[in-house]
Amino acid sequence: MCCLRALKESNSPVDPRVNVIDKRLENVKRIVAVSSGKGGVGKSLIASTLALSLVKKGFTVGLFDADFTSPSIHRILGVKKLEIKEERGILPMQIHGLKYMSIVAFSGQKALPLRGVDVSNVLIELFSATLWGSLDYLVIDMPPGIGDATLDIIRLVKRIEFLIVCTPSLLAFETVEKLLTLLRELKVPVIGVIENMKMKQVFSIKDKVAGAGFPFLGEVPFDLDVENVLGDVEALFGTAFAKKLDEIVPRIIFSQSA
Amino acid sequence: MHEWALAEAIISSVIKVVEKEGLIEVKEVRIKVGELQQVDIDILEFALSELKTDKLKNARFVIETVKAELRCRACGHLWNFSQNKLDNGLKESVHFVPETIHAYIRCPKCGSPDFEILEGRGVLLESVKGVK
Repeated sequence: MCCLRALKESNSPVDPRVNVIDKRLENVKRIVAVSSGKGGVGKSLIASTLALSLVKKGFTVGLFDADFTSPSIHRILGVKKLEIKEERGILPMQIHGLKYMSIVAFSGQKALPLRGVDVSNVLIELFSATLWGSLDYLVIDMPPGIGDATLDIIRLVKRIEFLIVCTPSLLAFETVEKLLTLLRELKVPVIGVIENMKMKQVFSIKDKVAGAGFPFLGEVPFDLDVENVLGDVEALFGTAFAKKLDEIVPRIIFSQSA
Repeated sequence: MHEWALAEAIISSVIKVVEKEGLIEVKEVRIKVGELQQVDIDILEFALSELKTDKLKNARFVIETVKAELRCRACGHLWNFSQNKLDNGLKESVHFVPETIHAYIRCPKCGSPDFEILEGRGVLLESVKGVK
């Protein structure tokens, strides 16, 4: 008989949660991380509207808010109280025809200050315990940048694809360029880049994205009406923002990741 | 029950060790359970026994509970989670996601939310004993 330390190399105990993540996601066909180098470019709105648009097109969809310190999707969806159920794991909330999970189910409206190691732990906990079941798409709203959450998603979710959001700003594109470079280096599939909050033709990222060898999926206008319809999903679909994004969604559905 | 999800993760991890090391039978699995996650040990044990695969059918699961020790990054104060009194609703949130304690408790000495969980966070697989 032999006794094996669970992890021989470091002689440390093993975190068992990471070994069940593949199983939790085995019946999810595509996993899309909506990401950007900068904050404030509209990732949460794009992720939420994309998920809702996919539902309208007849797909089964999950929406996971992975921005644990600044979650906002509950505001977009109009969720007053996020209620999850337990059944040999955590069942996401069913709302607007999709399955939705967020840290606000546990932290409510309290501020949740987390260091990187804590962000990693929350990500692993929720991926290992959430029972998404069968989905055509799991859309993940990522926190900005190339920190812990992005690195962990790449490490833990083997079939992850990235959808990048950028505003028509050199400052935003500078950070997106770094994110794209990193994803290419790590051989992580990129569906393409959406230019959000398009205002006027002073600067366009279209050529820069194409020049970098990534698909440019389209432009979404800056739409003041969006702020007034937060929490009202039907009204959101009536905005120029959602209509334009809806035109881009087929390019995501039929995309061949770069 | 969340304990079932944890048990499933433990079994998956043991199976990985079994495959990697070429074990024909597992005799003992040692697990550490952090106090912070407030795992119901009876449910965890039951779930483990229900989820056992063939090579684990004679395995004994030894579960050790580890006290949750917290250290303030601002002032260095050390304290045990058991000193904090949380109502049942908050306890359940911490059970699902232990890091949510950063929303609910503060360093008892200086009031900072910037503290680290030194020990006793969640479930860890300590060792697997078996026959090759």
